[in-house]
Amino acid sequence: MRRLVTDTLIIAERNLVRLPRRPDLLLAFTVQPIMFVLLFRYVFGGAIQTGGVPYADFIVPGILVQNIAFGGFVTALGLNEDVHKGLIDRFRSLPMARPAVLAGRTLADVATNTLSIVILTVTGLIIGFSFGTPALHVIAGFGLLLLIGYAFSWVFAFVGLLVSSPESANSVGFIAIFPLTFISSAFVPPDTMPEPLKWFAHVNPFTIMVDAMRALWVGTPAGNYVWGAVVWALIILAVFAPIAVARYRRTASG
Amino acid sequence: MPLPRQDDEVAIAAAGVVKRFGEVQALAGVDLEVTRGTVLALLGPNGAGKTTLVRILTTLLTPDAGTASVVGLDVVRDAARLRSRIGLAGQYAAIDENLTGLENLTMVGRLYGTSRAAAKARGRELLARFDLVEAGGRAASTYSGGMRRRLDLAAALVAEPPVLFLDEPTTGLDPRSRIGLWETIESLVAEGTTVLLTTQYLDEADRLANAIAVIDHGSVIAQGTSDELKDRVGGERVEVALETADDGAAAERALAPMSEDAPAVRDATVAVTVRSRDGVIVEAVRRLSDAGVGVADINVRRPTLDDVFLSLTGHAAEVDGNAPGGVDGDASGGVDGDASGEAP
Ligand SMILES: Nc1ncnc2c1ncn2[C@@H]1O[C@H](COP(=O)(O)OP(=O)(O)OP(=O)(O)O)[C@@H](O)[C@H]1O
Ligand SMILES: [Mg+2]
Repeated sequence: MRRLVTDTLIIAERNLVRLPRRPDLLLAFTVQPIMFVLLFRYVFGGAIQTGGVPYADFIVPGILVQNIAFGGFVTALGLNEDVHKGLIDRFRSLPMARPAVLAGRTLADVATNTLSIVILTVTGLIIGFSFGTPALHVIAGFGLLLLIGYAFSWVFAFVGLLVSSPESANSVGFIAIFPLTFISSAFVPPDTMPEPLKWFAHVNPFTIMVDAMRALWVGTPAGNYVWGAVVWALIILAVFAPIAVARYRRTASG
Repeated sequence: MPLPRQDDEVAIAAAGVVKRFGEVQALAGVDLEVTRGTVLALLGPNGAGKTTLVRILTTLLTPDAGTASVVGLDVVRDAARLRSRIGLAGQYAAIDENLTGLENLTMVGRLYGTSRAAAKARGRELLARFDLVEAGGRAASTYSGGMRRRLDLAAALVAEPPVLFLDEPTTGLDPRSRIGLWETIESLVAEGTTVLLTTQYLDEADRLANAIAVIDHGSVIAQGTSDELKDRVGGERVEVALETADDGAAAERALAPMSEDAPAVRDATVAVTVRSRDGVIVEAVRRLSDAGVGVADINVRRPTLDDVFLSLTGHAAEVDGNAPGGVDGDASGGVDGDASGEAP
């Protein structure tokens, strides 16, 4: 157990140390979310009716959840790269705790996700977002975002080990994430959608997560969203962490 | 093949190791033994199963059948304990390009369980040994191919493992770096390390290895010292370069009485294996001139590993699937029956 903790921290450090040296990755964590907020706020913002809630307040939680779900994507790319460069062979030949390579990566994602959340929130505040809830709820919102991000990091860890190349990791990520995030309450109220999409949007865990964030940060009716979001994140974690680790044990660099 | 001995003298032992990937039989029952403190070269063409065997011995793959142990530890049952006793430099340099050379080595050291300070000190030591001190503070992405290889080998040595696995350590290196790496391996062996290396290069096996195992299509088809293998091909080889390839058949007929084995003809070269070199040049030239065949060059030499490889596998070592006609015949001298019928 101690071995798992130290090895995980070593791997997390490895993944964070390299960040400043990879301007492309840094851009993905900083500029990209800002761009998204600005595009949605000013391109779509005028046209979308959100039923009383100002669009800035509506869109910031949506973009945050979408961004954080995507945040683990570098894990898929990075792990895939490690497989191809033979690094996974090296790690697997070392006397280290088995899950540490994945646990270290996903832990590093928590750090980069924190960075993304802060940047996004500040950008949101600048374009007119305002917190409508007590500080405790705001903090809980941060926590929920990090939990969601962590859960999805494990999904991407699995994807990164599964696919044959970074390109296919890319397309798997896009095909899975785009419909999930767009057919949800993240960017528009689902009630404006055609019937089948509306149905999907309502059962979509993204909708639950986004509505949970709106409840925690804007003060929209909470319903069961917050617990629903936590449960969904834990389910994703409980499913994908074990299968990703199992996959790792059998992965050989090719 | 004898069962692997479990005494202290055997560093690596494999018995009947089988591995298949779907339709592909990568290893078809490999028996192998490496004496402690020696170098075994696994020599084989592309796809022979070298990397698969290395992966099994380094716990990265589990065999479908058979057993293998390294320093007395079973590669499946004792895998976790074994990992702290081995070093691996895989076929492709396994380094993190975004980290510096020193950071790479420090990370590996810490993953072996040493403290950060100790790992760093060991990293510095290895950078010095591998002539990477100046580059040690630079991101590995700026390294040349040779520097990457050296860093990769350094990473394999972090824990001073008693057994080292090197998968094609010099592939892609320039001649100078290659010789440098050979010297490093030799000094490691002098310090008592056991090395199993794979290679497609005969000169590398000849120079470094105490024992050579020739592997093809997933089986070890011959094993022994370089000299033993050469003896198996038997005798000396007379090689005649003809003035014109058209005379090949005539030359073959003319030289046939000199040996029990049929002469091998390839393009404008005819080779024949003889018992003794005494007088063979004169005899060969006389027979050829009687037959009216023009000779451009002639020499007598001991068989090289190349000849061994050719006669064992029916194809040249470094050119995959290139089966020169008529060569199989002259292998019959001292070669196992199981080598026949291996021609692709
Ligand atoms: N993961 C895998 N999945 C399917 N087939 C594989 C896998 N690994 C190896 N093989 C096959 O097993 C055989 C042996 O491969 P291996 O990599 O051990 O050969 P090698 O001797 O190392 O060759 P090379 O000199 O090209 O490195 C090949 O036919 C290869 O295609
Ligand atoms: Mg190989």
